[in-house]
Amino acid sequence: MQAPSTCNTYNYTVVRQFAIMTVVWGIVGMLVGLIIAAQLIWPELNLTPWLSYGRLRPLHTNAVIFAFGGSALFATSYYVVQRTCHVRLFGDWLASFTFWGWQAVIVLAAVTLPLGMTSGKEYAELEWPIDVLITLVWVSYAVVFFGTIAKRKTPHIYVANWFFGAFIITVAVLHLVNSAAMPVTLTKSYSAYAGVQDAMVQWWYGHNAVGFFLTAGFLGMMYYFIPKQAGRPVYSYRLSVVHFWALIFTYMWAGPHHLHYTALPDWAQSIGMIFSLVLLAPSWGGMINGIMTLSGAWYKLRTDPILKFLVVSLSFYGMSTFEGPMMSIKTVNALSHYTDWTIGHVHSGALGWVGMVTFGSLYYLIPRLYGRTEMHSMKLVTLHFWVATIGIVLYIAAMWIAGVMQGLMWRAVNPDGTLTYAFVESVKATYPYYAVRLLGGLLYFAGALIMGWNVYKTVVGQKAVDAPIPLPAGAHA
Amino acid sequence: MSDFLHDGWSLYIAIITVVSLLACAVFLKMLSTQKLAKGEQPGTTGHSWDDLEEFNNPLPRWWMWLFYITIVFSFIYLILYPGLGSWGGYLGWSSTGQYQEEQKRAAATFGPIIDRFLKQDAVIVAADAEAREIGQRLFLNYCAQCHGSDAGGSRGYPNLRDGDWLYGGTPEAIRTTIVDGRNGVMPPMAAALGSSEDVRDTVHYVLSLAGRTHDGLRAQRGRVKYATACVACHGADGKGNQQLGAPNLTDDIWLHGGTEAAITESIVKGRVNQMPAHRDFLDEGKIHLLTAYVLGISGQGGK
Repeated sequence: MQAPSTCNTYNYTVVRQFAIMTVVWGIVGMLVGLIIAAQLIWPELNLTPWLSYGRLRPLHTNAVIFAFGGSALFATSYYVVQRTCHVRLFGDWLASFTFWGWQAVIVLAAVTLPLGMTSGKEYAELEWPIDVLITLVWVSYAVVFFGTIAKRKTPHIYVANWFFGAFIITVAVLHLVNSAAMPVTLTKSYSAYAGVQDAMVQWWYGHNAVGFFLTAGFLGMMYYFIPKQAGRPVYSYRLSVVHFWALIFTYMWAGPHHLHYTALPDWAQSIGMIFSLVLLAPSWGGMINGIMTLSGAWYKLRTDPILKFLVVSLSFYGMSTFEGPMMSIKTVNALSHYTDWTIGHVHSGALGWVGMVTFGSLYYLIPRLYGRTEMHSMKLVTLHFWVATIGIVLYIAAMWIAGVMQGLMWRAVNPDGTLTYAFVESVKATYPYYAVRLLGGLLYFAGALIMGWNVYKTVVGQKAVDAPIPLPAGAHA
Repeated sequence: MSDFLHDGWSLYIAIITVVSLLACAVFLKMLSTQKLAKGEQPGTTGHSWDDLEEFNNPLPRWWMWLFYITIVFSFIYLILYPGLGSWGGYLGWSSTGQYQEEQKRAAATFGPIIDRFLKQDAVIVAADAEAREIGQRLFLNYCAQCHGSDAGGSRGYPNLRDGDWLYGGTPEAIRTTIVDGRNGVMPPMAAALGSSEDVRDTVHYVLSLAGRTHDGLRAQRGRVKYATACVACHGADGKGNQQLGAPNLTDDIWLHGGTEAAITESIVKGRVNQMPAHRDFLDEGKIHLLTAYVLGISGQGGK
């Protein structure tokens, strides 16, 4: 192969910062999730307005999506883009700004949301001054990422970077359009849109936040860490081309399925539904490409907990991207909408796909950022895997049953035409499932704590190491 | 923001939708031509990044067909259902139409069961066991959110079982309350009463009216204040006025609390309370059953 060029190193500093904060914010975000899950069982835990369910719920979603998921995406995309371009990250100081800027956004969210400051848009609750800061950070992120792509030493752009790139560009567009608002004071603004148009813009944003932040970005992660950990080439370049373009194209249309049977015109609902169905194959393309990359290396699954994390994440990805299109069918949605089924669906994607692929990638990444080949304890990695997997299964099974039960209870009718159950009876019937869900969440959280400990033991006392940049294969020194 | 009412938008949407679906199919076709001969091993693309390579396996056939099927399904759906701009679809389905159809079916099926009680007087219906059961189910879905599953009410929401009525307990009055709703307003009276001492005196007189522990001297002074500021609505004897919805102050039943602090708050800040009108989502038959049910649980059904 090629001799490593010692005159230059990768910028691992920002990767280390984001990687460590991913673990920290993961624990924080999941803890808030546990609290609100407990509040649904014991409402008396709504101790003060600041710690009430209505304020902590957006804090939970923001913390796990943008603090945990966001930090994970920053860490891995910065790592992957450097290594697959064989150049140091573009703009060290700008990359540093994205880290401190993003942490500032998270801290501001953690302060303002409990105080009740919110724009009232799901997954975009933060008020306008924070939105402005997000925009600055995101544009800087794009400059760093695409700047690195521009100065790459490889003739082609690696598939993981297509996904990271699409995620960065689309999230910028989504954020700018959906957060457009008229400020009234420093902490209050009103949306630029009204009525059903506001709802449509919101869910165009909301669903693509799932599609690009939580899917495309994490597929980028998958396309680097699975072939790396498996030591195998990616299964099919061709498949990656088709599913990449089809995925980013069709996701854009799917938002209206969040507004079935509402004031949104029927034609828009229909288009949202059919493109959600078309989305099934492009979504599964990523799963196939990831799992088939292991063909010829299946035996490694038995012994390698990191691969276990990555492959199980793809299984959950495949499951939730099948479930999603099914739930977008109007008749299914009529049953599932507004029930805990939706919560189960989201968490099979969030805990199963986003969480597990992140854990697997971090377990690969973190030792390498500190000059080690492996985590402090691989046994603890295996333990984390099993605890988290059991936690997810309990969580989503409980929410599925609860959701279908609620949907059926709400539509049950007596022979005289009156509703069989009052709403409160469906709430009462859900309690046991809330308890199982809390248990599942507790296990998943315990897994995150195990990870936190393992990461601490891996990095403490270790010297931060920036790897030298090797020449790309085939290049001549 | 524009309402996009121009006809051109319909065409715009239809064309973009069709072209987009076709583009997916064409793109898929373009990239699915390659096949492996039997026994042939796929090569890599020859590119390498950070020691990562890619095979160039053909698209899995089953996956390709899955993709095609969803596209074909989409076209069929767009022919049958609304989706292509303003074209309503071959089946003529609409969500509003479906709702109306279901409403019509429900009315045809359940209407006779509910409406047969319309011919009977509410007092008689109140004594009918079956009507009471239906009434309770309706109550649990439409009324229990505020008045409680047992109709016992809570702070700000009247107890419906105690026989005490703000607007009257006749079938007609109850029916009017359900159909049109009620707006209960007690104006802030602090300014009309005078100083805070005057307010306190009045509060003690109100406490005395209900037979609650009070300061006799203050109550005596408050009686004068009451006679000028409160008497118009609550009456000289404090028994209230159902025409106005002014509560009886002598029965020791309190909508907003009967402590000194709660009564002071009622007087100083006033109270605004609302029972929403149900005329738009309950038909005559259901309103009649609910009237009878409320009449029955209030202990006045037999009177």
